[in-house]
Amino acid sequence: YGLLDEITNSAEEGMSLTHCNHAAFAVRRFSLWASSFHGSLFPHLTLSSDEMVAEFSQMLDWSDSALRSFAWHPHTDKFAVALLDDSIKIYKSNSSPTPTLKHRCQRSVCALQWKPLCGSALAVACQSCLLIWHVDPASLSTRPSSGCAQVLSHPGHSPITSIAWSPTGSLLVSASPVDTSMMVWDVAAESAVPLQRVGGGGVTYLSWSPDGSRLLAATPSALFRVWETRMWTCERWPCLKGSCQSACWSPDGGCLLLSMQGERVIYALTFSDLTGINNTYSSPVTAFFLMKNHLKQLFCPPFFSGSSFVLRAGDSQADNHPSVIAVFKTRSSPVFELLPCGFVMGEAGAEPRFMQFHPHFQHGALLTVCWSDGRISHVPFYFSSAGLLGGDSPQQALASNTTNPSSNKLYTEQIS
Amino acid sequence: MIKMFSLKQNCWFIRKVVIWRAVASIAWSVLLLPVTSAVFVLLSRFSLFHPIQWISECTSLLTASSTIFSLVVLCGVVLITGLFNLEFYTLVPSIPCSRMALLGTVLHPRQCVHSLVYCTMGMLVMWCASVTIGGRYSTLGIPCKQSESGEVVTCLNEYHLFLLLAGAFMGYSHSFLGVVKNMYYVSFQPIQQYKYPRFKGCLPMVVKCSVIQSLYSARNFAALYFFFGYVPKTWISSTLHLQIDSSLQPLDSLTGLLDFSLLYHLSISGTFLYFTWYLTVLLFRIYVTEAYSFPVQSTFTEDAEQCLPKVLAETNTLVMKFLALQDLALLSQHSLSRRLEVFSLSQPGGHPHNWNAISRECMSLLSELTQRLLAHQDAVASNGRVKSQSASIDTRSASSSSSVVSGTEDVSETPRLSVPLRTPGSVFTSSVGGMHSALTAPFTPDVDSPFSSPAIRRLVGQQEPRSPWFGTVQSPHIMRRGPKLWSASTESQSNGSPPASPATVPSPPAANQKPSFLAQWLQNRREQVKSFLAKRVLIVYLFNKLPEASSQALFADSQAHIWALQGLSHLVAASFSEDQFGVVQTTLPSILSCLVVLLEAVDRHFKLPHASSKPVRTVCSMGDSTYKTLRFALRAALKTAIYKITTTFGEHLNAVNISTEHRKRLQQFLEFKE
Repeated sequence: YGLLDEITNSAEEGMSLTHCNHAAFAVRRFSLWASSFHGSLFPHLTLSSDEMVAEFSQMLDWSDSALRSFAWHPHTDKFAVALLDDSIKIYKSNSSPTPTLKHRCQRSVCALQWKPLCGSALAVACQSCLLIWHVDPASLSTRPSSGCAQVLSHPGHSPITSIAWSPTGSLLVSASPVDTSMMVWDVAAESAVPLQRVGGGGVTYLSWSPDGSRLLAATPSALFRVWETRMWTCERWPCLKGSCQSACWSPDGGCLLLSMQGERVIYALTFSDLTGINNTYSSPVTAFFLMKNHLKQLFCPPFFSGSSFVLRAGDSQADNHPSVIAVFKTRSSPVFELLPCGFVMGEAGAEPRFMQFHPHFQHGALLTVCWSDGRISHVPFYFSSAGLLGGDSPQQALASNTTNPSSNKLYTEQIS
Repeated sequence: MIKMFSLKQNCWFIRKVVIWRAVASIAWSVLLLPVTSAVFVLLSRFSLFHPIQWISECTSLLTASSTIFSLVVLCGVVLITGLFNLEFYTLVPSIPCSRMALLGTVLHPRQCVHSLVYCTMGMLVMWCASVTIGGRYSTLGIPCKQSESGEVVTCLNEYHLFLLLAGAFMGYSHSFLGVVKNMYYVSFQPIQQYKYPRFKGCLPMVVKCSVIQSLYSARNFAALYFFFGYVPKTWISSTLHLQIDSSLQPLDSLTGLLDFSLLYHLSISGTFLYFTWYLTVLLFRIYVTEAYSFPVQSTFTEDAEQCLPKVLAETNTLVMKFLALQDLALLSQHSLSRRLEVFSLSQPGGHPHNWNAISRECMSLLSELTQRLLAHQDAVASNGRVKSQSASIDTRSASSSSSVVSGTEDVSETPRLSVPLRTPGSVFTSSVGGMHSALTAPFTPDVDSPFSSPAIRRLVGQQEPRSPWFGTVQSPHIMRRGPKLWSASTESQSNGSPPASPATVPSPPAANQKPSFLAQWLQNRREQVKSFLAKRVLIVYLFNKLPEASSQALFADSQAHIWALQGLSHLVAASFSEDQFGVVQTTLPSILSCLVVLLEAVDRHFKLPHASSKPVRTVCSMGDSTYKTLRFALRAALKTAIYKITTTFGEHLNAVNISTEHRKRLQQFLEFKE
């Protein structure tokens, strides 16, 4: 009897074990199925972390680019550059030492942004976390210790591909393509408020309007949102074709220009104050192109009443045309207008990868372009008569070379 | 408690707003109760292999009379929890500076009542849970056969007892952790959200916290029951004349406790219990911290007390003051029309009453913080100096926080605690209806205790007459002299002060004064006793100062200062283009010097040991720990505020009439070198 009991017991145990196995198997199958379903809904989730950063970074061809990211300080002549080896260098206008920032967590830097209304804080979007460097402008050290950096992380919120400081400098918003919620950080307190909206499957690009009242959040799907930052409610904007690639706000925050993936047009959204969006048209603004592929980047300088510029870079692989940057003049009143102005070309074989206007150039506008050969050039535009659309005279560009210091020379830009 | 309620009733804001917000939050928690109960029923009866039977059982159970009765009981529990939230909530956390002070809070009678009520509520909820789960848990007595005679008697159902005791345990641990982790501290979010999205956003966190807390509590309770479970068991069975069924496995044994279903039900019911409480707390927090829009000015004189300038000056109702400051910060950033009202002139007379009242109130708040910081620094500094001059054998070092000796009341805390003495209009005394003073009582150093050092008595005794900062300092001239004066030697300070009353100061009041022989002898005795006690490990453990606690305590109410800074700076920046009559220009010099003086004080505070060390981040807890980082937030807000003004005004600042050293500091900001 004892033996029989033992056998039945073991049989029962075996039964239950197989049962468990079945259950575990089913659960595994289900989770696999669910993830694949999720992946088919949102194809970007099947990418690896690095691929995702490369896909959604504002730097074109991020993975083989010598420069990973670039950011002007909003108030002074100072900029930060992230390099291929995950270090960040800070250059100032006077010949003070250039600090190099390195941190254990600082890998795959995707975005940089200086904190507005602050002299020292630099936010860095990394693969696993968000770093806030406090680089004392008065200190002479070239290697600030990693104790100067605050590490902000939230489970499930990585890699971070975009960050945006509020124009008042009090809040920092970070976004990750895998996380459906974007984080609103109170940086000093190191606390975050997640703002979740499931549709779209993540957030790839953030842009805060210069007056601080609205925030654009683009998703990997054909959908973007415009948050108003008073009560943090949002409006959904389903796009026509692809996802929103890049965007810029007019200096008064009333107009938003967007470029979509796979499209050759720039869309404009006009907002009126106080009542939210009333003039909800989106119309193609530009009509003529030299580029094969879609628009990749847009940027507006943050001021100049009356006229400002919109830039766009096209990437032209397998194309005889060199990649150029088109410069438009814009006028926001009485109606929004874009007028073609000219083109900026690099040296032979060099493609523009990233561009940004100097936030407060005294004499006109200063465009900074990162090229594919690792150069950073500054293209100044001087206004002969401010306020009118008249002559800009791009005279010379100062090439400040960051990656190979041997070829440190000036060269002149030609404008066609 | 009744007295406190009556005190609170006095303010229109409590009567008209806070009470209704609390009522709404309680109503929502009651309304959400059926939903959580249904989820609990589903989970507690969960069976994987009989889904149909499971669902049908649950639906029949949900409509049963016992469940309805349980719901009524649970509603009562939620009501009491809500009332406790309303009664205990605080906007300024109480930060005990030593373990002894913490012990004092836990053993405070008020806290004991709280724990007792929560134990009872925990047992009630667990009783409802065990009735709902049913089966072997349902009743306390079960019929059983006695083994020898075979007759049927009522036996004690240990499973039921186990759950009830677990409820009491969880109730106590909730109450205890509420004190330790400042559960009743209500913090404000950095962004504004509508209530429903905020609730939705916080819900996963609450679920996670209650699950984790329940698992911890279940583990601790199981261990406790394993060792001491026989005590309540025998007591209950003897008082209620219940037999103990010897045929069943006793639960206070290893095999009895390793029952998976029992542990599952324990943790599920614990989660339900915690979730009910946490949800009530969450809803209360969301409702109380909702922004309230105060009118800037009113056309009717009877509404004048509800207007922003009057409300800001109000000090008795802390919640109103906080919400008013929040409203000020919001209007300065988002509302053009209300800003224009602030800058407007009064109709007959043409005085900028609104702006004057608002700026005065903000500046007095900020200068009050400056004084507090300076007094703290001075106490830390003079502490070392006094010690070195007097003939004490104390080994306390100048850096008080690193010292291993001495009593609870390290001198450095005294300034904070004596603030209510000095500035009656400060935020500290404005605690809700005196409740706060009862709470802080355990932290207040006992002047007559043998542990208090002579320095503390000197400080406490002399605080009022000698302080040049008594009251609110309006003149920027005095403010400017402040740092110099305070960094001067102790001699100059004690020279300027009238002698303290001898009744409160038995020890030599000033160090340079020749002490009498008797006093010297007394002091030596005291120091000997102290150093003797200081060598005992337990005493050291209990009375040793917690690091960075004093720093946290100094900035405990800094949310108000942050809003004042934001509001002030944005209003000043907006005035550049919006102020038609130039009302801000007259106060600009004093605002700037107020900010710079505060910045200097804050900078110096961060040079103190432990002040700039970051607190450990808590993983998941319902207790809000934002107060631990408020000092960093304040520093950031202060710099941003100065930058906001300097970038807006730019070179125009050179025309503003301020002192040279402040101009030098502002020049740093203009060049973005801070």
